[in-house]
Amino acid sequence: MSKLKLIIHREFIAKVRNKSFIMMTFLSPILLVGMGALVFFLMKKNDEKVKEIVYVDNSGLFTKDDFKDTKTIHYQDFTVLGIEETKNKVEEGDYYGALIIPKQDSLEVLANAIEFYSKDSPGMSVMNSLETKIERKLRNKKLNSFGIDLEKINASKIQSDIKMINFSGEESSKLINGLKIGVGLIAGYMLMMFVMIYGTSVMRSVIEEKTSRIVEIIVSSVKPFQLMLGKIIGNASAGLLQFLIWGILIFIITTVASSIFGIDMVEMQTAKLSAEQLEAAKQAAGMDKMQLIIQEILRLPILKMFVLFIFYFLGGYMLYSSMFAAVGAAVDNETDTQQFMLPIMLPLILGVYVGFATVMNDPHGSIAVLFSHIPFTSPIVMLMRVPFGVSWYELAISMTLLLVTFVFMVWLAAKIYRVGILMYGKKPTYSDLYKWLKYKG
Amino acid sequence: MKNLLEINNVVKNYGDFRALNDVSIHIPKGSVYGLLGPNGAGKTSLIRIINQITMADSGSIILDGETLSPKHTADIGYLPEERGLYKSMKVGEQALYLAQLKGLSKAEAKKRLKYWFDKFDISAWWGKKIEELSKGMAQKVQFIVTVLHEPKLLIFDEPFSGFDPINAQLIAQEILQLRDKGATIIFSTHRMESVEEMCDEIALIDKSNKILDGKLNDIKRQFRTHTFQVGLNTLNPKEVEASLKQNFDVLPADFKLLGNELTLNVKLGKTNSANELLSFLTSRGEVQHFVELIPNANDIFIQAINKNN
Repeated sequence: MSKLKLIIHREFIAKVRNKSFIMMTFLSPILLVGMGALVFFLMKKNDEKVKEIVYVDNSGLFTKDDFKDTKTIHYQDFTVLGIEETKNKVEEGDYYGALIIPKQDSLEVLANAIEFYSKDSPGMSVMNSLETKIERKLRNKKLNSFGIDLEKINASKIQSDIKMINFSGEESSKLINGLKIGVGLIAGYMLMMFVMIYGTSVMRSVIEEKTSRIVEIIVSSVKPFQLMLGKIIGNASAGLLQFLIWGILIFIITTVASSIFGIDMVEMQTAKLSAEQLEAAKQAAGMDKMQLIIQEILRLPILKMFVLFIFYFLGGYMLYSSMFAAVGAAVDNETDTQQFMLPIMLPLILGVYVGFATVMNDPHGSIAVLFSHIPFTSPIVMLMRVPFGVSWYELAISMTLLLVTFVFMVWLAAKIYRVGILMYGKKPTYSDLYKWLKYKG
Repeated sequence: MKNLLEINNVVKNYGDFRALNDVSIHIPKGSVYGLLGPNGAGKTSLIRIINQITMADSGSIILDGETLSPKHTADIGYLPEERGLYKSMKVGEQALYLAQLKGLSKAEAKKRLKYWFDKFDISAWWGKKIEELSKGMAQKVQFIVTVLHEPKLLIFDEPFSGFDPINAQLIAQEILQLRDKGATIIFSTHRMESVEEMCDEIALIDKSNKILDGKLNDIKRQFRTHTFQVGLNTLNPKEVEASLKQNFDVLPADFKLLGNELTLNVKLGKTNSANELLSFLTSRGEVQHFVELIPNANDIFIQAINKNN
């Protein structure tokens, strides 16, 4: 076995045998799915509790049809009891609240004279729905008084859904745009998490070798560069394995959980897409939600996305983890790393922020384009842009820049690493690091 | 005797600091070579260059007739002063890993490890983690992984630190046995009594320069002061001392004998010999003690460093 392979193997084994790694690998997905399910369960429970709302309509404008029961709100007409009696009943009984509609001559005055009495402050969604009901009713009344035919207004409603097609013939819709945003954000976010978790793990591994002083023995057998590279690759392999296990476990647990608890995970995941978009798309295609989503996903440039994902993922990870390795080599213990961590973390976080802020609104806007070319943010921002289609020359420039920077950074990091691993005692400054770069051999 | 390692005019700078200034050292095959010097003299820099952990700025290093290159890492075994092993790794796995990094196959490494573990009676530790062992136990493991690949050149930096006297003796014997089997040994230490005991040749480095090298006995001869420790039973010690002073340099004694003899350190002048001193003494009383003061490594070390300053 070559020395590099030996190092990768050792780093990998040391990492995956670590108790906390094993715990993280198997507990995280359970916790993640468990928390998700819990939140969903509580939300459902919360919604399931039916709210009893009573109303007193002294205006005589509203009918039973205006207050139709829904799944979560039931209405009762207490007009005959009068205002005071109704208030008493609500205060003593198990009612959510009382809507008091007074008698007023003018609709404008009435619109602002309606009151809602409740024991606790009512939820926003309930108030919104009540206000919508009242506004609709009063507007119709007003339209009637102008002599406008309501039926004609209803009949005149038209919905437009613009088909978006680019010149390479790819069609898209709002739904698929939503999916693209989702896929891009997840990919970019995953990369950032991966870099942070396994980059710091590389750093810790370097510090451990330094503090245990074994590093001098190792570098008397292998080149420091090999050791650094072995560490980076070994940790990444362990990380990929962990991600893979997480993916599989989350899939299994979700499937099991949804069959046991009857929680519709598709519903959970698509809850964010607006119901209207879904409904429109569903009608257009005439199929159910799941089929529709799968069909839309298949229309994304999956192979291209996958290849680019791998490239930017590896490129970004290698770029950052070599910097983490250099930081680990420069210091004696983890508390000293902070001053060097900020310049590494900053572009990572910036990448995610820029991605969230600009790519979502305008994936081909100048800021998104700029940051998808700067090598320190390009892995994240470009991954977010890729689902929207990025021209090949932009990709070529961005990838070349990343590659060149990556090679340069590994070379630079290796120089700092090589000197740093044998330096003990003094906490180095940036000017020390600069001096180390100039040392020969 | 042919040289295993030839270090020629090596210069090493760290920024503005010169760690090694034109250092040349030739180490004969099959010898135990002492690399001595105060802290910060440049010993570790030189050792790291031999191990190719760092490179010399200029100068050449020839190992067994070939210019030193990365393939030679398998020919060198190195025990650094600052010992270290992976704390949470098991002893056996760790030893196998380090042996494989030195180019041994897994099977061969296992076979040799079994031999050494049996020899040191530590086979029971194979599955234990380093953090479970005492410092001395970990040192034994460290010694084994240093010598396991049977390198031509072994470099020990303070090999006895951390060992109790019994284990230090054991390690010293192992080192001499390795030399007898043909290995060449570079031995860096501050413990001068072990230099006396083990080294055939030494080099002394101070302030980045080599200030002294050669066979230990030659150097001792060079540093000889022709001073004798004298013990004499005499009735009139004052008179003896006074007349000695006429012909010799007489210094107060810095040693003790069993009786109440007159004890002195007597330095021969340029003109007189040891025999003249001895016959003078025998004419004045009964000679109890007559030994030449041979400078030990410690004296040489201190003298040479002081002179260099």
